[in-house]
Amino acid sequence: MEQANPAMHDVLATAESWRKAGRNVALATVVETWGSAPRPVGSHLVVDADGNFEGSVSGGCVEGAVVGEAVEVIDDGKPRMLEFGVADETAWRVGLSCGGRIKVYVEKLD
Amino acid sequence: MKLDILRRLNEARERRLPAILITDVATGAERLVTEAEDYSSDPLEEKLVERFRSGVSGMEDGTFFTVHLPAPRFVIVGAVHISQALAPMAQIAGFDVTIIDPRTAFATADRFPGLRLIAEWPDVAIPKVGLDPFTAIAVVTHDPKIDDPALTAAFAARCFYIGALGSRKTHARRVERLKAAGAADADLARISAPIGLPIRAQSPAEIAVAILAQAIEALRSRGVAGGGAAA
Repeated sequence: MEQANPAMHDVLATAESWRKAGRNVALATVVETWGSAPRPVGSHLVVDADGNFEGSVSGGCVEGAVVGEAVEVIDDGKPRMLEFGVADETAWRVGLSCGGRIKVYVEKLD
Repeated sequence: MKLDILRRLNEARERRLPAILITDVATGAERLVTEAEDYSSDPLEEKLVERFRSGVSGMEDGTFFTVHLPAPRFVIVGAVHISQALAPMAQIAGFDVTIIDPRTAFATADRFPGLRLIAEWPDVAIPKVGLDPFTAIAVVTHDPKIDDPALTAAFAARCFYIGALGSRKTHARRVERLKAAGAADADLARISAPIGLPIRAQSPAEIAVAILAQAIEALRSRGVAGGGAAA
């Protein structure tokens, strides 16, 4: 339910207002989680072409990596699926310290 | 995502209308379904029904469902002892809580610190809150002049939970009164009375637990045959 995740309301409104203001915007959404993940499925992060962002998909663990990918999605317009977790070889860098695994879908807002 | 879809999604959320965004993650194709429209012939109908009920977002066979349900409200009519326990507990459980009682001796900020209080009669107070299918209402004043109009408003708004304090005898008299005033049998049958799950609650705080649990049960079984309110 949304009430457990009030910040989500603001993120989608922010995405709409950024786009309407002429900014190029990508939206990242947590689509799957395994084990203990810090943010529930359906959580959003909005990113603009300069790497400004609002919202959260992991409580801070992988936001940096998601923002980097989102800027590329804004460039080429192609949606992509990102996966983060301890099984990842870069886990020590951008993994989830809680030991969970998450999938994040990143798409451009046309 | 198309800006137009996002705009319609935000508009639905603003209007407290349940909405599901359906994304084909392989192609990026997206569409929006709201509970206000007829989706009975949608190829994903069964999944949509289930997700509108549960409110849970998730991935199924390459399709991602982002489910947006309005945040539930809890309106408590009667600033009594039970309400002093029920209001903060409902707030902790995630409800947006409002207490209504025209009796200004009861509806004081001292008795309900940090909670939204409206010290007016239901006919004035209820339009200010705006009852809807994602609102629970508990009427606990024991005064028909206050309780009855609140119940009538709750029927009209299709509140997902309607509870009324009072014994079986009190409730039988209430049903008679409301019926005489034109209430439909189906609406009267939606009143949970005696109020609360049967946990042998005694103290006001225990009764509040029973009421909150019953409201949560109704919320989580929304639209399911045999339990809760029909969506």
